Amino acid sequence: MFVPTVAWRLMREGRFQSWLILAGVTLGVAVVVYITAIVSGLQANIIDKTLSTQAHVTLKPREDVNLRQITVPEGETLLAEVETRTQRENTIGNWQRLKAAADTVPGVAASAALASGPGFVVKGGVRKSVVLMGVELADYQRIVPLESKLRAGRLRLASGDVMIGTELARDLGLKVGDRLRVVTATGSAESYTIAALLDFGLKDLSRRWLLMPLRSAQNQLGYRLDISEIYLRADDLFDAEALAAAAAARTGLDADSWQETNSQLVTALRSQSASSNMIKVFVTLAVALGIASVLVVSVVQKQREIGILRAMGTPGARIRAVFLLQGALYGLAGSLLGSALGAALALGFTRIARNTDGSPLFPVVVTPSLFVVTALIATAVGVLAAWAPARRAARLDPVEAIRG
Amino acid sequence: MADVLTLTGIRKRYGGGKAPLIEVLHGIDLSLAEGEFAALTGPSGSGKSTLLNIMGLLEPPSEGRLVIAGEAAHDLGDDARTRLRNRYLGFIFQFHHLLPAFTALENVLMPVFAGHGRVDAADRTRAAALLERVGLAEHAYKQPVQLSGGQQQRVAIVRALMARPRLVLADEPTGNLDTQTAADVFALMREINREDGTTFLIVTHDARLADSCGRQVRLVDGSLKN
Repeated sequence: MFVPTVAWRLMREGRFQSWLILAGVTLGVAVVVYITAIVSGLQANIIDKTLSTQAHVTLKPREDVNLRQITVPEGETLLAEVETRTQRENTIGNWQRLKAAADTVPGVAASAALASGPGFVVKGGVRKSVVLMGVELADYQRIVPLESKLRAGRLRLASGDVMIGTELARDLGLKVGDRLRVVTATGSAESYTIAALLDFGLKDLSRRWLLMPLRSAQNQLGYRLDISEIYLRADDLFDAEALAAAAAARTGLDADSWQETNSQLVTALRSQSASSNMIKVFVTLAVALGIASVLVVSVVQKQREIGILRAMGTPGARIRAVFLLQGALYGLAGSLLGSALGAALALGFTRIARNTDGSPLFPVVVTPSLFVVTALIATAVGVLAAWAPARRAARLDPVEAIRG
Repeated sequence: MADVLTLTGIRKRYGGGKAPLIEVLHGIDLSLAEGEFAALTGPSGSGKSTLLNIMGLLEPPSEGRLVIAGEAAHDLGDDARTRLRNRYLGFIFQFHHLLPAFTALENVLMPVFAGHGRVDAADRTRAAALLERVGLAEHAYKQPVQLSGGQQQRVAIVRALMARPRLVLADEPTGNLDTQTAADVFALMREINREDGTTFLIVTHDARLADSCGRQVRLVDGSLKN
C-alpha cells in the first residue's frame, strides 16, 4: 500500500501541476479519439457506399491473349508487330459447377451468377442505353442488398419483371406497373413489367442498370445457358485480395477484388490513414513528453522528501514504483477523460455536419474497444514517460537530497 | 554491555581523479554501548556530518570497519544498507523534515510503512501511544504545517522511535528551536533513553546541552579528541 498511498499524496500535494498535466493528457487523448472516430467512420462509410453496389470479388472469363507461335532459332532476331486481340464477347459455360467451386473457397460468404450486357430501353420512340443485369434475385441480394435502395414497388423478379433505376424511370416517365420494351444487339426485343424502382446511390447507375431474371438476360443477350460473371461476397471485405487469388486458382477464371477495381479509392484511404496515424503518433509523443517533464520537476521539488524516505529505509525500487505509478495514473485518468471528450466532440460533429436532408454526413465509429485500447496505450505511455524521472528519483543520494 | 555500534579506523576521502583528494576523517575509532546517551560536538567543518552519515549508513566509508548490532556494514551495497537502516536506526534531523503530505500520525508510522510497505493495527496503536507519550494525542490527525516548531520536533522524535531502533542519530535536533523548547525536547530524548534504554548519539553545538549528556565525543579536524 506504500506505493499507491505515497504516489497519490505527492500528486495531491502538487495539485496545480497535477491538474495541468491531466488537462494536457486529456486534450491529447481527445484529439486521438476524435480523429480515430471521424476517420474510421468516414472510411467505413465510403467503403460501405462504394461496396453497396459492388461485389467484393468478381470472377470473369479469362481474357484471350496472343500466344507466340514462332520459335526463334538460336542467334537470330525476330522483328514482329503484335496486335492485341479483340476480346470476343466471352462467357462462362458450365457455371453452376464453377460457382459451387467458388463457394468452397474459405472466406467466401455468398456467390451469385450474373448475365450482363448492353441493350436499349425503348419507350414512346425514345431509346435509352442500359445495362441488362440478369440475376437470380435471392443470390444477388446476398451480394448487393436491395431493401435500402427500394423506392417504389416490390423486390420481385418473376418471369417478365424488371426493376429499373429511379433516374431511368424519370427520364422515360415510367412508374411501377408500366411496361417497357428492351432490345439488344442480337435483335431480340421483349416487353417487361416494372416491378420496382431502385435508387443505386449513384445517378449513373440509377440511369443505366436494369435488373431482370437471369433466364431473360441470357436469352436476350444470346448467351444461351452461359453467364458473364460470378459475384462473391467475402466474410471479411479486407481479405478480398487473397480471396480473389484463391478463387481464381480454384475456378480457372480471372478474379478482380474490389481493391483492384477501386484502386484510386484504396490509395486515397491508405494516405488518409497514414496521415491520421502520423498525427496520432506525434500527439502521443507530446503527451509523453508532457508527463515526463512534469515528473522530472516533481522529483526535483520532492527530493528532500525522497531523501527522508530513503534515510528511513525505503528501498530505491519502492521509490521508483511511486513515480512509475504516477505516470500510469496520469495516463489512465487522462485517457478516460480524453476518451469522453473526444467521443463527445465526434458525436457533436455528426450533429453539425449534415446532408441537405438533415441526415448525418456519415456515422462516426465510437466503439468500446477504442476506449479500452486508448486506455491501455495511454497508461503504457505514462509508465514509459515516467521511466527516466523514476530512475532518477530512485538513485537520489539521500545525503545530497536532504541537504539540498 | 554490548556495543550497538563499533567504528574501527574509519577514513573518508572525497574527490580523486581530476579533483584534489581531500580526507575528511582520519581514522576514527569509536564504540557506542547499548543504552548510552552521547553527544558529538566539534566546530563547523570538523567532519561531524560526514561521521554521522557514515554511522547512519547513508554513505560508505573509504576505509575502515563499521559493525552495527553485530553486522558488518562498511562494504555493503545500497539495498543492504537501506535494509539495515530500516531495522536498526532512527533519524532525527535539524529541520525535523516531516513529510508535509502526511498527518502527524502517518509521519510517525512512516518508518514501518517505508520498510515493510504496509502497516497493521498494532503499528497504528503503537504510533498513537508514542504521540500520546509526547503529549500530542489530539494533534495526531493534523498536518505538519498546523503544528508549532516544538510539536513538529516531538513528532520527529517519536517517528525515529517507531521502528524500535537500536540507535537513534540526531543531527542538531534543537538547532532551530528557542532555548526553552530546546531544553524540553532534549529532556524528552533523555527520558526516552532512561526509560527504554534506546541508545542516542546527538550532534549539538550547545555546550550546556552537551554537558548534560552521559558522554561527550569531540571531533576536531577529522580526528577524535578526548
